[in-house]
Amino acid sequence: MISKALSPKKSCGCCWPLFSSSIGRKWIVAITGVVLALFVIGHLLGNLSIFAGPEAMNAYAAFLKSTGELLWIVRIILLTCVVLHIWFTISLWRENLAARPQKYSVKNNLGTTIYARLMRISGLTVLAFVLYHLAQFTWEAFNPEYRNWFDAQGRHDVYRMVVTAFECPFVSGFYILAVGLLGMHLSHGIASLFQTLGITTEKLRPIFEKGGQIVAWIIFLGFASIPAAVLLGLVKAPSSIPACPFCH
Amino acid sequence: MSTMHFHLRLWKQKSKESEGDFVEIDAKEIPSECSFLEMLDIVNNRLTIEGKEPVAFESDCREGICGTCSMVINGIPQGPGRGAACQVYMRKFENGQTITVEPYRVDAFPIVKDLVVNRSAYDRIIRSGGFISEHTGGAPDASTTLIAKPVADAAMDAAACIGCGACAAACPNSSPMLFVGAKVTHLGLLPQGQAERKSRARNMVRTMQEEGFGNCSNYYACEAVCPANVPASVIAMLNREYIRGEMSEAVGAID
Repeated sequence: MISKALSPKKSCGCCWPLFSSSIGRKWIVAITGVVLALFVIGHLLGNLSIFAGPEAMNAYAAFLKSTGELLWIVRIILLTCVVLHIWFTISLWRENLAARPQKYSVKNNLGTTIYARLMRISGLTVLAFVLYHLAQFTWEAFNPEYRNWFDAQGRHDVYRMVVTAFECPFVSGFYILAVGLLGMHLSHGIASLFQTLGITTEKLRPIFEKGGQIVAWIIFLGFASIPAAVLLGLVKAPSSIPACPFCH
Repeated sequence: MSTMHFHLRLWKQKSKESEGDFVEIDAKEIPSECSFLEMLDIVNNRLTIEGKEPVAFESDCREGICGTCSMVINGIPQGPGRGAACQVYMRKFENGQTITVEPYRVDAFPIVKDLVVNRSAYDRIIRSGGFISEHTGGAPDASTTLIAKPVADAAMDAAACIGCGACAAACPNSSPMLFVGAKVTHLGLLPQGQAERKSRARNMVRTMQEEGFGNCSNYYACEAVCPANVPASVIAMLNREYIRGEMSEAVGAID
């Protein structure tokens, strides 16, 4: 019998295969991941202005607010990336579950890293944190009095808001835990995106893997340094008002 | 010749539809020089003499070339160490150790019986793109087509793939990307594979999805178990070849 070459079914034509194929969806997750990782780095650099004092941080915050439409464009891009990143991960994950209906009796992790295995839990915890973080500092939902805090120049006193919030060990603790999980997520994510986008080789991969972890943990240290500095009393508000009902 | 004892947990399952379970067997007086498959042969002989049904497993070359012995030993597809399951020797285990042997747990590899699975899904992936078009007639001189040494080496590393299915079996997502990547890299790097290059990765990945395999999450469990030492960088090559194929189709360069 002559076996003919198989021609797989054509893609449906209405949707670009990027959104349905195994690798196309991974590209979307990788590219949106790059955008979100760049945002995380930019956000960190902005946040570190807290170490330069109230003047620097409030000026930075006022500058962000002054960008107007540009700020909204960035926000919409970021929101789109978050939605696509999660949507396509779930769609891939559902297929992965279906492809292995029966688990092995003897579990063996076989060369997989803990970062890779915990991607879903770290990602979802970071998502929960981001929502909490927005509610706390952007929507100012928990402490509406933040809205009335202004510095001597009449700018929103972001410095005082952040320091006051982080003086609560629960707020700081959750923050440090969340950025720790973000570090784990990025450890696998940064190394992984080079593989998914196909811009790696056998020689380069170990460098991307190590480099990804180093970058991820530098990001973690950067973020964690802010609540740590507040808790240790290295960064203080001029006139601190107890804000947390749990610890004050 | 020293002998060893093992406590075996072997998977028994009548057919794809029926429920399977482990049978516990004490394998006594097994020569330490035995290979894993020879040990299973001894156990099966004893079961036959006792009038019981032997445990079905697959094997062919028994020299690590063919990859037929698709089984998972203590959670490791094709067994511990490099090489296929037939290259595992009983002296590598502790005396009295419990050894669990399961079939590949991959939805696209349905269980035929006990430890035997149907790996035809890999054949169908090959048929959709893992081939080249070549002239018939007299063989050309070996030096007609020049291939740089590093390219030949990289193609040869990928060509080492024996299609055993251990990559999909090891992957938590049951993804065969190491296998598909090995074929796409092996043929895509060489001049003989250029005619189908643009459509190869796209067709093979589509067939892979139609067969119900999972998607790669860059866990690299495949690379850790591959009996042929195929590097996971072939998956990076597959990723870029695939996108190239989709782009070529989008602009009408290929059908």
